[in-house]
Amino acid sequence: MLPKNLQADQFSGYPPKARGLAVLHIATFRQLPLVFLPGLLRELIEYDFKFPAERTAIDGELATLSARSPVEIAELFRGFSILKLSESFEHFDWVNQPARFVEQESAYLWSTHQLDAFRSAATQYGNRVQASLPNEPPTVRRLGIAVIGQGSSSQEPLFRKLRPHGIYFNQVKPDDGLGLLLAAVEARAKTYPSAYAHWYVDGGEPALQSSSLTTVSYAALQPVRSKLLGYMQQQIASIGMGPEELRTNMATLLPKDLGMSGDGDQTLNRFQVSLFTEGSGTQIFSTTFAQWTTREVLRRAQPLTLMVRYAPRQRQRPMSELLSNSDAAIALDLPGSLVDADMAAYYHWINQERLPGAGESSFLVWFEGHDQALVIAPTLPRDTQSDSVMDLADLVRLIAD
Amino acid sequence: MKDSSREIAWQLGRTRREFLRDAARMTIGTGLMSASPFLRAATIAKKRKVIVVTFGGGARDEETFAPEGQGNIPHMLAELIPQSSFFTQVKNSGILGHYVATASLATGVYETLNNFAAVPPDHPTVFEYFRKDLSRPASDAWVVAPSNGFNRIGGSGCRSYGPGFGAQVILPKHLLSAASGGKGTDYDHLLHDNYETPLYAPQLAGGEFEVKQLEKILKLSVADFTLHAKTLSSPDELSVYITKRLMQQESPSLLWLTMHDIDIAHSGAFSLYVDAIRRTDRLCGELWNAIQQEPEYAGNTTLLILPDFGRDADQDAGGNGFQHHRTGDIASRTTWMMALGAGIRQGMVYDTPVQSIDLVPTLGAIMGFDAMQSRGKPIQELV
Repeated sequence: MLPKNLQADQFSGYPPKARGLAVLHIATFRQLPLVFLPGLLRELIEYDFKFPAERTAIDGELATLSARSPVEIAELFRGFSILKLSESFEHFDWVNQPARFVEQESAYLWSTHQLDAFRSAATQYGNRVQASLPNEPPTVRRLGIAVIGQGSSSQEPLFRKLRPHGIYFNQVKPDDGLGLLLAAVEARAKTYPSAYAHWYVDGGEPALQSSSLTTVSYAALQPVRSKLLGYMQQQIASIGMGPEELRTNMATLLPKDLGMSGDGDQTLNRFQVSLFTEGSGTQIFSTTFAQWTTREVLRRAQPLTLMVRYAPRQRQRPMSELLSNSDAAIALDLPGSLVDADMAAYYHWINQERLPGAGESSFLVWFEGHDQALVIAPTLPRDTQSDSVMDLADLVRLIAD
Repeated sequence: MKDSSREIAWQLGRTRREFLRDAARMTIGTGLMSASPFLRAATIAKKRKVIVVTFGGGARDEETFAPEGQGNIPHMLAELIPQSSFFTQVKNSGILGHYVATASLATGVYETLNNFAAVPPDHPTVFEYFRKDLSRPASDAWVVAPSNGFNRIGGSGCRSYGPGFGAQVILPKHLLSAASGGKGTDYDHLLHDNYETPLYAPQLAGGEFEVKQLEKILKLSVADFTLHAKTLSSPDELSVYITKRLMQQESPSLLWLTMHDIDIAHSGAFSLYVDAIRRTDRLCGELWNAIQQEPEYAGNTTLLILPDFGRDADQDAGGNGFQHHRTGDIASRTTWMMALGAGIRQGMVYDTPVQSIDLVPTLGAIMGFDAMQSRGKPIQELV
């Protein structure tokens, strides 16, 4: 089937809000090329479980598409229309399985050397749609905080990639630093309350439970991780199972499949499951989990505040041992974890810079328990070092006000 | 878009070139130079040997040739680059999966096979061209590769060539598993595979044959082999160990080593990725030293080192920086190549863009075979 043949009842399997939107915009969908539409439906089918920022983005994209004439749509999608898919893709149930379609389409585009053209078309399309949407700045300057190196005493030079962008402090008073940062984050959340706008991610046990914050922690998700690893082991043992099938099957897992309650926050639960089923290495290393969670929170929820605390990861062990859930004592790699988290803090800042209002956003990274920190804010000088004696609350005030 | 891509690729190459020029006082080559050094070295053509080293899992400039990365490659920097011809822009226009990309390097055609399947390349490999055209025995072409999927890379599915002319393939990790009687407990740290999909490792039959390889060809007892493996920290160390044994025992004229440790980057642990770069750098230095120390190789061997492709740039929102190579951006497609040893001009840097698939016809020109189905072209600066 091609998009031009779409009928409203084909969306009957979609959740209510997604179905409503699909039916509302079906006339537009019929004009879109097959190489593109399933990618849009992959997002739409999850609409009911998406964060507010994602829903706003989908609403905006659909509205801007439906406001265009057929000629304008044809022109907008010209880059996609020149791409060729094999006929077998037309027989795929791409309405109900858009994610699987996109996976196979991706492999096909790679193998037919069309990926670069697809990438170019997608970039152009994204830029043009973005330009047509209202560019509303966040209600308050975004704040990112990374706390790295828990338990480490390494003398590794830190923040090298971030130093050109901010002030490096080397006489920070570390006393109660974590508490001061969490208090500042919680205060922001109470001052500017909004759903999924203020996050605290911890690569270990969370140091604060606050109803004002959306909290994700590696330790709290241990049961989910264990269930997933068990599922992966079972799948691997199946006859004919390959890596692509495994990945496809993992992508279909829901919170209840991994033992999560059906009564909780389904948006958050689905998000947390996706961190393990779509991330690479998140199942194994806590530093990777925290970094990937940071990326996904920024990309999807576009928070006003995101504080991430990195915990030591286990040392590298054989993959089979890592995935077997053995009860053997797990040694930690403290120096390696610090290096991982230092790079992750840089990625935190890069990803924050991709969000609306980037020019006004601010960032702080602190070597936990130590006297080194770095801050970035539009009002502060760049590539500077300061010997000022300040505590973490002072530093937050410096960049958040 | 295309112009922008070209500009980024040029910048990548320029960064490498300027680094090399500053660090190693190398000469910037411009197009064709004078007569080929291979012509000058024709008297030793009969003994010429070529060793190709590829790494699965490219290392980005930030962690290697850029100023902040140079500390990770001391052996390449101080020992190898000054005596090499260095190509700053090698583009891989194919599929960025390690098996399919290595297969493309080995055939000179951008292959489209399933990256995760143990299938042979569709087009003739460099080993088949070499053996068929030059009537070389099976013992003269070998592949050492880390990954189970690579067991088919020695010969293609092409009917006019095929396994009868292919290279013999050793998968050291699989060999170790076979040597340990399938009880991998003591050797697990070397056996994991395919960092991109870490749990998946297709099982191969033929362990008995491989143990025979160990004893009859490498002249290693199972006990000595397994004992030595216990002293190693990574699969690539095992691969280099096997490569050296092959050089000593078989002295193949065409030897292909694929390393894979760097691909630990897929786990998202930056420190492990950097550790792997440092290890790979050290192993390249060790291999070069081994070449100088082996009478069969010293003075008549050309060594080519190249990653199969790059990794995603930090700036590409579609990726996650160093972790993957999924965006198809310029950084993930653009890498470098160094050639050193017999017949190679020392201290040269070439900005001329070349393709990954140019490797096989270049080897053909160097060694005297016709890579007739390859879609690349010989790199003039090397032939």
